[in-house]
Amino acid sequence: MFSIKNREQIDTIIIGTLSWLVTLLIFFPILWMFLTSFKTEIDAFATPPSLFFTPTLENYALINERSDYFHFAWNSVVTAVGSTIIGMMIAVPAAYSMAFYESKRTKSTLLWMLSTKMLPPVGVLVPIYLLFKDFGLLDTKTGLTIIFTLINLPIMVWMAYTYFKEIPKEILEAGRMDGANVFQEIFKILLPMSKGGLAATVLLSLIFSWNEAFWSLNLTAFNAAPLSALVASYSSPEGLFWAKLSAVSTLACAPILIFGWLCQKQLVRGLSFGAVK
Amino acid sequence: MSDLTIKNLRKSYDALEILKGIDLEINDKEFVVFVGPSGCGKSTLLRTIAGLESATSGNIFLDETDITNAAPAKRDLAMVFQSYALYPHMSVRENMSFALKLAKIDQAEIDAKVEDAAEILKLGPLLDRKPKALSGGQRQRVAIGRAIVRKPKIFLFDEPLSNLDAALRVNMRLELSRLHQELQATMLYVTHDQVEAMTLADKVVILNDGRIEQVGSPLELYERPCNMFVAGFMGMPKMTFLDVTISETINGKVTLKLLSGAKIILDRPDLKATVGTSLTLGIRPEHTVLTTADAGLIPARIEISEQLGSESFVYVKTSADEAITVRIDGEQEVLPTGANIGLSIDSGKCHLFDSNGIAI
Repeated sequence: MFSIKNREQIDTIIIGTLSWLVTLLIFFPILWMFLTSFKTEIDAFATPPSLFFTPTLENYALINERSDYFHFAWNSVVTAVGSTIIGMMIAVPAAYSMAFYESKRTKSTLLWMLSTKMLPPVGVLVPIYLLFKDFGLLDTKTGLTIIFTLINLPIMVWMAYTYFKEIPKEILEAGRMDGANVFQEIFKILLPMSKGGLAATVLLSLIFSWNEAFWSLNLTAFNAAPLSALVASYSSPEGLFWAKLSAVSTLACAPILIFGWLCQKQLVRGLSFGAVK
Repeated sequence: MSDLTIKNLRKSYDALEILKGIDLEINDKEFVVFVGPSGCGKSTLLRTIAGLESATSGNIFLDETDITNAAPAKRDLAMVFQSYALYPHMSVRENMSFALKLAKIDQAEIDAKVEDAAEILKLGPLLDRKPKALSGGQRQRVAIGRAIVRKPKIFLFDEPLSNLDAALRVNMRLELSRLHQELQATMLYVTHDQVEAMTLADKVVILNDGRIEQVGSPLELYERPCNMFVAGFMGMPKMTFLDVTISETINGKVTLKLLSGAKIILDRPDLKATVGTSLTLGIRPEHTVLTTADAGLIPARIEISEQLGSESFVYVKTSADEAITVRIDGEQEVLPTGANIGLSIDSGKCHLFDSNGIAI
C-alpha cells in the first residue's frame, strides 16, 4: 500500500515526465531544423543522421549572398503589422457592438464569421486571384495586407468578443452616466480593462500573418514576397538542399519565435483568461 | 430645483411590456423609493429615467425640459449600481474624478471636489487604492462618492445595498439617510426590501407588474393601503387576509361572519354594502391579540411560533383552516403547538377589501 504522500509524489513524477515528452515531441522538429542549418549538405543527408558534427555558417553565408533576406523580412513585418493594426481597428468596434448591444442574430453572425475559416482557402483561390489581378493588387504589400486582415479578422473578432463579454455591462453604463461618449467609453474604460486579452489577440494575429504561406505564395512573386515565400523558393529549383532550406527556415522563424518568447507571459495570460481568473 | 415628471411612460421589449403607463411626480429634494416584487419593472423604470433604456412611448421631464430621448450623459443624473460598477483599472481618486475630467473641469477644482466627497464618505485614506483592494462597503462608498462629486440634479440608486451583508446594510442605510439630509438632493432609490423603503423614503412608489399601485409616505401606505397588493406587500410578517360575508348592518355597525362562524363587528357607517356581500378582511399581526381559549372572538389553535426575542410571531388556524398571524411581545409566554387559544381583534384597525381587492 502506498501512503497518500507517496502517491502524490509518484503522480508528480509521471505527469512531469509526460509533459516533458510531449514538449520534446513538439519542439524536436524545430531543434532539428536549427541543428541541420549548421551542417554541411553532406552531413545533412547522412543516414543515420549525425548528432555530432562540425558546425558551419556556410549555409547562412550563401543565403546572404544569393537572396536579400531583409527585403523579405521587411515585407513580412509590414504585412503582419499592417494587417494586425487594420484588423484591430475593425475587430474592436465589431466585438464591442456584439458584446454590449447583443441582438437576436449576434450569435449566428459570430458563428458565420468563424465558419469562413472552415472553408479550404484553395476553394476561393481563383476568384481571389482574379480580383487581385483586376484591382492591380498582385504582388503588392497592400494586397497581402488586405488578405491577411481578412483571414485573421474572424478570429480577432471572436477573441475580442470573448474578452469583452467578461466585462460587466454596468461599468460601461457607469461611464455613460459619467458623461463618456462612445469613443471615451471604448478608449478610457473598455480597452484598459481588456488590455491583457487584446494583447494576446494582437500577438496571435502577428504570428498567424507571419507564418501564412498559402496566400503569400500564390499572390506574390518578388516585390511583396514575405519570408514564407523565401523559404519556399529554396525548396524546389535545384533539388533539395536540406541544410540551406533549414538555414532559411531558421531565419524565417527566428524573429517571430523570439518575439513570442518575449511576450509569452501576455500570451498565456490572454489565452487562459477567464478559464482561471 | 430638480423636479421630475413622468407622463404615461411605457417600455416594451418586443411583445413583452415591462412598463405599462407610469405617471409620477417627483419633487425637489425628495427621497423617493421604488419598491415592488422582482420583475415589477422598478429597475427598468430607473434605467429609463437614467437613459440607459429607451422609452417606447411617454415622456420624462426634468425641470420642464423633455429628456425622454436625451443621451444619459446629457441628463445630469448620477447613478449608483448594485454591483458598484467601479472602474477597476483606476484608483479611488481617479474613479471619483472621471466624470469631472470628462467635463473638462480644471484640476485644482477636481481635487477640491474629490477631497470634499472623500471627507463626507470617510474615504480619505483610501484615495490611492484600486477598487480590488477595498471591502464591499468601501466600494459602495466610492460608488456613491463618484455620484456626489458631480453634484447631479438627481441621484439614482439601483438596489445599492443588496450586495452587502446584513450588518453593513443597516449601517449604509443610516449613512444614506444622513447623506440625503446633508446634500439636500433629490434621490430615486430602487429596492425590493420594504425595510429600506420604510426607513429611507419621503415617498414610496409601489410597483407591481409594470404599474404603480400606490404612491405615498411610508406610514400612509402602511396604514391606508389602497388595495390588497399594497396591504400584503408592506409589513412583515404579512397582513392576514380572511374571507368574510356581511351578515348584518345596524346603525353603521357592520357584522362580518368568518368561514369558521366567528363574528366580528366593525364600526363602519360609511360602508355601502348590503347583507350577504363577500369581502376580504385584512388585519395586521400587531392588531391581533391572543387570549385564553374561552375568551376572545375567534377560537383557534396554535400551528407554529417564531420567537425573535423582542417579539414573537404566532401562526394560528381556526376550525375552518383560516390562517391568522399574531404578533406578541417577546416576553409573553408562547403556548406549545396544538394549544387551543382565542383571538381578539382591534376592530378599529381592520381593513376591508372588495372582491377586486380594492380597499373600501
